[in-house]
Amino acid sequence: MATSGRDDLSIAIRSAFLKKGNKQKFSLLALIIASVLLLSLESFNSKSLNFVRSVIKDIIYRTSFITSIPGNTIDPIITTIQSHFKIYDEHELLKLKLEQLENEQNQIAYLKTENDKLKKAIDDNNIFSYETVISKVLVDKESPYLKSVILNKGFKDGFKKGMPVLKGSYFIGRITEVNYLSSRVLLINDLNSKIPIIIEPNGYQAIMSGNGQNHAILDFLPKEHQIEVGNVVYTSGTDGIFQPGIPIGKIELNKGKFQINFFSDLNQLYFTNVITSKPIQDEQ
Amino acid sequence: MPSIKKNIISRFLSLIPVLLLLFLAFSETDFTFEKLSFLSFNLIYIIIFYWVLKNPEILGYGFIFLSGIVNDAVVGLPIGVSSVTYLILAGFAAYIRYLTVQPSIVSDWIVFIPAIAVTNSVYFYILRIFFDINVNYISLLLNTGITILLYPVFWVLFSFLANKIMKERNV
Repeated sequence: MATSGRDDLSIAIRSAFLKKGNKQKFSLLALIIASVLLLSLESFNSKSLNFVRSVIKDIIYRTSFITSIPGNTIDPIITTIQSHFKIYDEHELLKLKLEQLENEQNQIAYLKTENDKLKKAIDDNNIFSYETVISKVLVDKESPYLKSVILNKGFKDGFKKGMPVLKGSYFIGRITEVNYLSSRVLLINDLNSKIPIIIEPNGYQAIMSGNGQNHAILDFLPKEHQIEVGNVVYTSGTDGIFQPGIPIGKIELNKGKFQINFFSDLNQLYFTNVITSKPIQDEQ
Repeated sequence: MPSIKKNIISRFLSLIPVLLLLFLAFSETDFTFEKLSFLSFNLIYIIIFYWVLKNPEILGYGFIFLSGIVNDAVVGLPIGVSSVTYLILAGFAAYIRYLTVQPSIVSDWIVFIPAIAVTNSVYFYILRIFFDINVNYISLLLNTGITILLYPVFWVLFSFLANKIMKERNV
């Protein structure tokens, strides 16, 4: 009895994995082996292999962009309809905000002039100047566990691995994969993202780690710190890869723990600025 | 003439699962609930499991392999991870197909639980051990749970489509 049960089991397994079945061109086992072979090729780095990978990915990204057009067209239409219902409330709110902004603008203009004078005084006015290339987000397939987007420019436009990516003037991630016509940005909220930061005004250095949510956590903070809610987080540039002083977000308190709330909404990325110039090294 | 028309309809209906699978792999469409962004489900898993279990002639293994490759490229995973996991899930479904005498929504649903649990475990361990890629396992666990909960809903929808295909073929 036991032998026949085992026989049935092995027949079922063999039938499932080895038989091709009607209208099937490949057996499951053959395709699993092919997938494992492809996976093992991932660890090989040769010029020709990278070129093939780059071409395949470019084709897939472009096709993905085309197949996403219907969805991307419908979304703004729905948003437009919804926003029409809120127009009056928004108008009142905007009037109020405009007044506040006008006040702030006057203050900013004054502070800017003062800041320029101070920068000249310390001869450090080049630190925040960098060249950027505008790039459009081609695909933003938001996986629940991996946070990245694909840009429509690649090494043809001078993109390289590690280059910082901004939305407006705020830091949102770095380039982790470059193809000929496209590149992938690992966003700062991805679990695998670790960025050296500086928290102002006290100048504490730490590592910002993504956690898959719309905020990040702080690692390696000094034990005796005096961080406060509202402190601003910038890239520290200590790794020599990123420019220092790019704003990232603000410190907030959540369930008794400090976290970084980003200035940019990472779910709403359409255009990005990629910094293509190298960071200015400390000349000391 | 009517038989040609029926034949075209039948062929078109048979293509829906494959087209849907490839569309989901290629497009940005994700199934995350807007208000609760941590809740999401994996429709690709449901499509593969249902159609391999019910009618493997409609969803070829080659297409499953291809959709895995595309999904890896789009999501940014090492090429082959999704293919392996999709094919393991298809293997589960094919194995159950050979063993089951009288399939039902409940039996399919019960079998889907260990199948997706093993599949997602393989997915997690390949990424973690071989490629040192961190995956938020709480999100993965929630995704698995929601996918299991929603399986009966799609079972009903796909059964309707499967019956329609059968009907058109028989006519």
